[in-house]
Amino acid sequence: MSTVADTSILARRGGLAGRLSDLFWRKPGILLLLMLTPPLLWLGIIYLGSLIALLLQSFFSIDDFSGLINYEFTLSTYRQLLIPSNFDIILRTVVMAVMVTLASAVIAFPIAYYAARYARGKWKVIFYLGVMLPLWSSYLVKIYAWKLILAKEGILTWFLAKLHLLWLLDAWLALPVVGGSSLSISYTGTFIVFIYVWMPFMILPIQAALERVPGNLIEASADLGGNPAQTFRFVLFPLALPGIIAGSIFTFSLTLGDYIIPQIIGSSRLFIGQAVYAQQGTAGNIPLAAAFSVVPIVIMGLYLWMAKRQGAFDAL
Amino acid sequence: MTAVLFQQVSRHFGAVRAVDSVDLAIAEGEFFAMLGPSGSGKTTCLRLMAGFEQPTAGHIEIFGETAEGVPPYRRNVNTVFQDYALFPHLSILENVAYGLMVKGVGKAERLKAAEEALAMVKLPGYGTRRPGQLSGGQRQRVALARALVNRPRVLLLDEPLGALDLKLREQMQEELKALQKSLGITFVFVTHDQGEALSMADRIAVFNDGKIQQLGTPEEVYKRPATRFVADFVGSSNMLPPDFVEMLGFGRHHASLRPEAIALGDGPGRKHVSGRVTAASFLGAANRVTVDANGTRIAAMLPAAVAVPAQGEMVTLSFLPEDLHTMDGA
Repeated sequence: MSTVADTSILARRGGLAGRLSDLFWRKPGILLLLMLTPPLLWLGIIYLGSLIALLLQSFFSIDDFSGLINYEFTLSTYRQLLIPSNFDIILRTVVMAVMVTLASAVIAFPIAYYAARYARGKWKVIFYLGVMLPLWSSYLVKIYAWKLILAKEGILTWFLAKLHLLWLLDAWLALPVVGGSSLSISYTGTFIVFIYVWMPFMILPIQAALERVPGNLIEASADLGGNPAQTFRFVLFPLALPGIIAGSIFTFSLTLGDYIIPQIIGSSRLFIGQAVYAQQGTAGNIPLAAAFSVVPIVIMGLYLWMAKRQGAFDAL
Repeated sequence: MTAVLFQQVSRHFGAVRAVDSVDLAIAEGEFFAMLGPSGSGKTTCLRLMAGFEQPTAGHIEIFGETAEGVPPYRRNVNTVFQDYALFPHLSILENVAYGLMVKGVGKAERLKAAEEALAMVKLPGYGTRRPGQLSGGQRQRVALARALVNRPRVLLLDEPLGALDLKLREQMQEELKALQKSLGITFVFVTHDQGEALSMADRIAVFNDGKIQQLGTPEEVYKRPATRFVADFVGSSNMLPPDFVEMLGFGRHHASLRPEAIALGDGPGRKHVSGRVTAASFLGAANRVTVDANGTRIAAMLPAAVAVPAQGEMVTLSFLPEDLHTMDGA
């Protein structure tokens, strides 16, 4: 009994910490302010500030003769994006990003579905490890490893030869655009490696969305006469859509901005990220580099706006 | 005709026998209740009827047709789920029309049917709202409309009133009963609330440990419990040990005695026991008095008009001999 006070109001705990606890309890706003100020300063000044500085650069132009930046407002840099060689880069990148996103969603959904609905205990741990493990190793190592796997002398060619399926690979590589002299220097190779590298970013949001779908909704759909395909179309897919959109934001924007994968694996034709890298580095054309980097931002903005209009976030 | 037939049906989950060799025949148009504590197997039985579970052993028929191996979407049976399971991304009208939509009914026709179903459960004009905008009682009605719009041959209700407050629950009980009468659909109702089962059902199956303990009309189950479990679970009977029953002159049996069959004081033709009052509580319509009669605890429900004896007072309680129900064995 000696440790328990017999007064109805307990004495304040000692010192400054006790006073602060009481203060924060009475005025939760102060605590919130203290917690949010540093990250908001970071986000507002360093993060968004530098982004705005970048955007401003895109409205300047470069003097072709002297190579110096002309600090006058102009849209001429944006006009340069539309010349065929630059516009091809944008188109190529967007098409790749769309394909990678669609393929990732198709591959990720069953994995996420299994993890959300069936995996329990040990299997759930194995799922998380399996999905996250590739993220623990260096991105460069993985890409170079893939270059070896996909190379003409690589394990994939060897494996297909053992299966007597080399004709299939050759037929694929003979196709225009997606083909090439080997997988490691074709768009197909770039596509495969993009999917591999971004897959966790698609699986995890879908899994989180599916985890929130109560099992009895699936049962209710079946109970009301919905066969599995209908249950997927009318219940599961709409409810997983916010997760798919979240995942696609990752895969789509990461593909739009990446400059290492297409440089190491693929044809020598440029993607937006490589163009930005080349323009701001060797070419020293910061305004054009900035204009290029505005493109993914605008595309993502349009994408989210359309997704919202389609009601993709209604289930949130 | 038999609506639902169970022959020696078992459903095991690993070593757990959730349903253990159950035989059951539910008649067409019947309001059938499955009553029992949680884990007694009543909900698993319902899920076996709906098709969410498949029996480990035994045979199930729905209107004479074999049901094992038939998926839920091919059974003309609908379920009102315990927590309603309304689709959160669809409007109320789309929720109700869902069953007709997946069966390929045209849009105009199914929306009209859904409107009618909503009117039937007294929610006309709520169609444009989302499930999240409705109260628990309203969601309950939507779930009912969503099931009934399909004109099922059997309607399964899984503790549908469990989440409602007392007033609403009593109101829904009456409405469900009236609805069942007017539609003539077989209702199978799972509940752990004995009052609900007694007031609504035509027949009750009392479940415990995966087995049916007793199957009968509410009156039979209440007045003539087959086992001590039933006596204890349905109502709050006094369980009298064999010694005590023998002393009263009924032979050496376990027996049950309803608290409301007991009165204060003695009278002609009545059996009486004496004891000391250990607790008395006011319940509104009645007073509940607990008496210790030589070590046997007896609870009596006395009319509110009778003065409540004080704690520690010696009292005489009596009952009519026919109200004491002896049971053999367990």
